[in-house]
Amino acid sequence: MNAPVGLYQYQTADREFLASRITEFEGQVQRRLDGELTEDEFKPLRLMNGLYLQLHAYMLRVAIPYGVLDSRQMRKLGHIARRYDRDYGHFTTRQNIQFNWIKLEETPEILRQLADVDMHAIQTSGNCIRNVTCDQFAGAAADELMDPRVHAEILRQWSTLHPEFTFLPRKFKIAISGSPQDRVAARFHDIGIIARPGENGPLFRIFVGGGLGRTPLVGHELFDAVPESDLLMTLEAVLRVYNAYGRRDNIYKARIKILVQALGIDGYRKAVEHELSRMNPDHYRLAPETVAAIKARFAAPDLTASPEAESKLLQDRRGNVEFDRWVRSNTHPHFAPGRIVVTVSIKPAGGIPGDATSDQLERLADLADQFSFGELRITHLQNVVLAHVPQDRLVELWQALTDIGLGDANHELIGDIVACPGLDYCALANSRSIPIAQKLSARFADNALQEEIGKLRINISGCINACGHHHVGHIGLLGVDKRGEEFFQITLGGRDDDHSRTGDILGAALPEDDMVDAIARIVDRFLSVREKGEQFLDTLTRLGDAPFKEAAYETV
Amino acid sequence: MKQFDLAPVRHPAPASLDVVPVAEMSEATRAIRLTPDFDVETLGTALDHLDLIIVTFPIFRDGRGFTQARALREYFGFAGEIRAEGHLIADQAQFLRTCGVDSVSLADDSDTTPWLKALSLFPATYQSRLGLRA
Ligand code: HEM
Ligand code: SF4
Repeated sequence: MNAPVGLYQYQTADREFLASRITEFEGQVQRRLDGELTEDEFKPLRLMNGLYLQLHAYMLRVAIPYGVLDSRQMRKLGHIARRYDRDYGHFTTRQNIQFNWIKLEETPEILRQLADVDMHAIQTSGNCIRNVTCDQFAGAAADELMDPRVHAEILRQWSTLHPEFTFLPRKFKIAISGSPQDRVAARFHDIGIIARPGENGPLFRIFVGGGLGRTPLVGHELFDAVPESDLLMTLEAVLRVYNAYGRRDNIYKARIKILVQALGIDGYRKAVEHELSRMNPDHYRLAPETVAAIKARFAAPDLTASPEAESKLLQDRRGNVEFDRWVRSNTHPHFAPGRIVVTVSIKPAGGIPGDATSDQLERLADLADQFSFGELRITHLQNVVLAHVPQDRLVELWQALTDIGLGDANHELIGDIVACPGLDYCALANSRSIPIAQKLSARFADNALQEEIGKLRINISGCINACGHHHVGHIGLLGVDKRGEEFFQITLGGRDDDHSRTGDILGAALPEDDMVDAIARIVDRFLSVREKGEQFLDTLTRLGDAPFKEAAYETV
Repeated sequence: MKQFDLAPVRHPAPASLDVVPVAEMSEATRAIRLTPDFDVETLGTALDHLDLIIVTFPIFRDGRGFTQARALREYFGFAGEIRAEGHLIADQAQFLRTCGVDSVSLADDSDTTPWLKALSLFPATYQSRLGLRA
């Protein structure tokens, strides 16, 4: 078996399923084009296949299970962007990719092309269990306790066409990590799972009821240590309670977080335990052989590196200030000596966060082949990871990335902005999120300045639905409508790591045209009051928001 | 309405049964119609006297009937017929069957071809591949 590194090798059954599903959808599209189906009748059918209708065109959201894909798949995405879209694709905060300008009649063909490389758009919309997200440094980070991808794949299979949970009150998002450094925002998911090794096999800490949107809530710990055998049984029980009792009268009250809030975490736990007490464990047990069989469908890369790799990297860094800066911001320690984890920024100065051209997609595929076993990951900050790069070849990779405009040294810095599609694509928007993101990223384009500012995340949502996660931005911007004009409300202090909290509103919303200056004033104030070694959040904690408020409203 | 069987029904209910809303059932009742918000656990021993339970779907996106059917089979061992009624789509055929629903009520003039096709589409569920009983 010639399995790809880092992701699960499809079986014949998976392929047959996809083929029959596309044939079915092709018939539905034809019936829509012939006028046999109304848009109302067609809507649920297209959504089941990941096809949305945005402000100006159809959008196709393609699933990238746990954010991992191989070079052949990436190349195909590039091809689709070029052939069927306007030459670019957009990586999302849920580790998927979207194509924004799709023609309805071409969708079956696109889906067939995707299926050729074992990809699809199923369960990327609708009130089902959505694509499970995962730590983008899985199986590579030095700080990881356990590679969560095998269990992410198990969750993928378990949640695919689940007979009972495909028509839930609302969409359902699960994230899993195997590192104590939470990189998946576990506490802001319907279910967040942190895996760790135990004496008798893996243990899973389970959070429930987190989420953003109109009612941002931090998830609660439901169980601290669920053993592997009981993982699926526990999740079934959690979902069963939600499916039966979650609200269906108001879509803004329908997420599990609202039910957890209503019952209290202890009440929810009791309900889950009641389900568990009635379930037959023999019917739900996840057997070690099953886990082993799935694990066998992941290829393990040979991570040995040249003994000189580390000293070669040190030497390369000494000779090149810019490269050295990029290594500081855009790499992460690998557990294997001589290897390093690279985050490729898809946030070039002045660019649209998460957008990549077909050329860039294809070049990334080539670079994955050359430097990282043909494997790539998408991050929930809309960047791309090459996880296993040999240190002695890092400078070569950096040069290649710079050549295609993806060499920015801004990972987790102020230029690494997350923005929702906003008014450029979305009918619900109050304001344009993308142009603000572009202006901010141009304003702070200088990578040296970004490094000086340090860790500072800006998140922008065009309306209260919070698709841009503004609640968890260190600086969050929320588009509001004031008498038909675009305004933004600023929040400070949000974060989605292991100290998760939502940001606090700074004051009255500011008009769009003062926004970039206001952020610049906040940043300037920070630089003038910070103490040595402090990051933005540290200074904010020490001083409160008064100095930043003063700066933001200085000219008003 | 006509019945469409999703699978060979183990214990088909007699066709002439009088179906009663669950809120109005008495000891003599042999067939009931549930509302989606009904907690099937409260049926208790009354289950033993029932031949038919109808789970209802006010809109196809309201999936509570799946959980009700599953609880009836799995937790309470209900062996009679479970029928689904309401706004259903053929894409749900396999899900209904897997959750323990035997049959669906369809409009007399509705075409059963999509239902037959849906049942033949995907033979093995992902859940069963993982060793789950579904
Ligand atoms: C352009 C059309 C879009 C529309 C109309 C839209 C609409 C919405 C709505 C109504 C919600 C609230 C759902 C709820 O609270 O249950 C929501 C949540 C969300 N959206 Fe979007 N969205 C759009 C695009 C996107 C895109 C492109 C992304 C990803 C990059 C995205 C990411 C999210 C996320 C992550 C949430 C969930 C927040 C949470 O509850 O944790 N959305 N969206
Ligand atoms: S946050 Fe609002 S404006 Fe932005 S994509 Fe979501 S619904 Fe649209």
